[in-house]
Amino acid sequence: MITLLAMHFPISNTDISPVYLVVIGFLIGILGGFFGVGGSFIAGPALRAVGMHWNYAVGTDLAHIVGKSVVAAKRHRALGNVDLRLGLIMALGTIGGAECGAQLIQLLKRQGNVDFVVSIISIVIYVSISTFMVLESWKTRQLQKKQAGSGQGKAKTKGKSKSSEKDVSSFDNVTKAIQGIPVWPMISLPTSGVKSISLWVIIIVSFIGGLFSGFLGGGAGYIRMPMMVYVLGIPTHLAVGTDLFEIIISASYGTFSHAIKGNVDILIALVMNTGAAIGAQIGAILTQYFAGPKIRLFFVPLPLIGAAIVLYTLFTGQKL
Amino acid sequence: MKSDARKALISFAIELVVYGILVVVYFFLVLHFLANWLAHLDKESIRLYALVSIGLIIGQAVVLESITTFIFRVLRGRSE
Repeated sequence: MITLLAMHFPISNTDISPVYLVVIGFLIGILGGFFGVGGSFIAGPALRAVGMHWNYAVGTDLAHIVGKSVVAAKRHRALGNVDLRLGLIMALGTIGGAECGAQLIQLLKRQGNVDFVVSIISIVIYVSISTFMVLESWKTRQLQKKQAGSGQGKAKTKGKSKSSEKDVSSFDNVTKAIQGIPVWPMISLPTSGVKSISLWVIIIVSFIGGLFSGFLGGGAGYIRMPMMVYVLGIPTHLAVGTDLFEIIISASYGTFSHAIKGNVDILIALVMNTGAAIGAQIGAILTQYFAGPKIRLFFVPLPLIGAAIVLYTLFTGQKL
Repeated sequence: MKSDARKALISFAIELVVYGILVVVYFFLVLHFLANWLAHLDKESIRLYALVSIGLIIGQAVVLESITTFIFRVLRGRSE
């Protein structure tokens, strides 16, 4: 029976409004397309808020992330924002990291006090990412204003879209030093404009992203996207598109893994994806109207939302 | 230049509407023809259910976008 207020989903035996699912999907879709994140920090609590069991919320959320990421990555690819080579390498590291993160959680669970330890670690990391990104974006914007004031860069950017403007970062010197670490094998990423970088640096970055994904749940795009920009030196628009491509692979793996444990209600994921698929395309197109530093500045609240959710869980004992 | 951007935006908006309609139709088709089978599969053959789930969600994204692109190509071909 379908009404706008409630629809019965037989697989998870839940009654949820399809309009609610479409709206949530749409909002997450815009965020995903614009920032290259899965959006599980919103989708998980949103599904829990309407009475869905935690295990179904996690698995179903991952399934809808796959669909939305395919749409957004396809759109980003058409805009030239996906580095397939980098995405495939990162997928390997992410899957490995996710497995280790899940095992680490199990280990901590056996030793007790896991919730408190994980919560504190994640809050420190989320707040650090946001603080760092505010400072970096602000510094970069100041740098750009100075350049514009002195006439530099205007000639370079005249007539170009926001996305093709040089994606400057005040953190460039550290990124260059990381790219210069001479650990064999060195590879080049022509699509991203990286002449030479150690394969191990990419694997470590994606492994850390995966580790957080397995450790804290969700896709951990709020950690991977900034690391791609600041550690690997990938231009922001390419980091967004490539992260989405990489999410397709890692979230598909996660969906399959959850589905065989009976944690996925595919019908709910499909309803969410009707909104998410539209939102993701809008988000992807919107990136063309903003330069890299602005996208990074807008990204700042996302890890803070993650921190707020963890704080709420820590104090109330209720998992959102 | 501005009219080009306007045209691109209108084209994108129409594409979104067409895609949106297809996505909704796809969901109702799945709901009508596959909902009971999927619920049964979830109980009886969980691995097949996992594979079908991934197929359905990727299918929704890939196939429908391809259909939208195809429709637009045909319409553009006729208008030229």
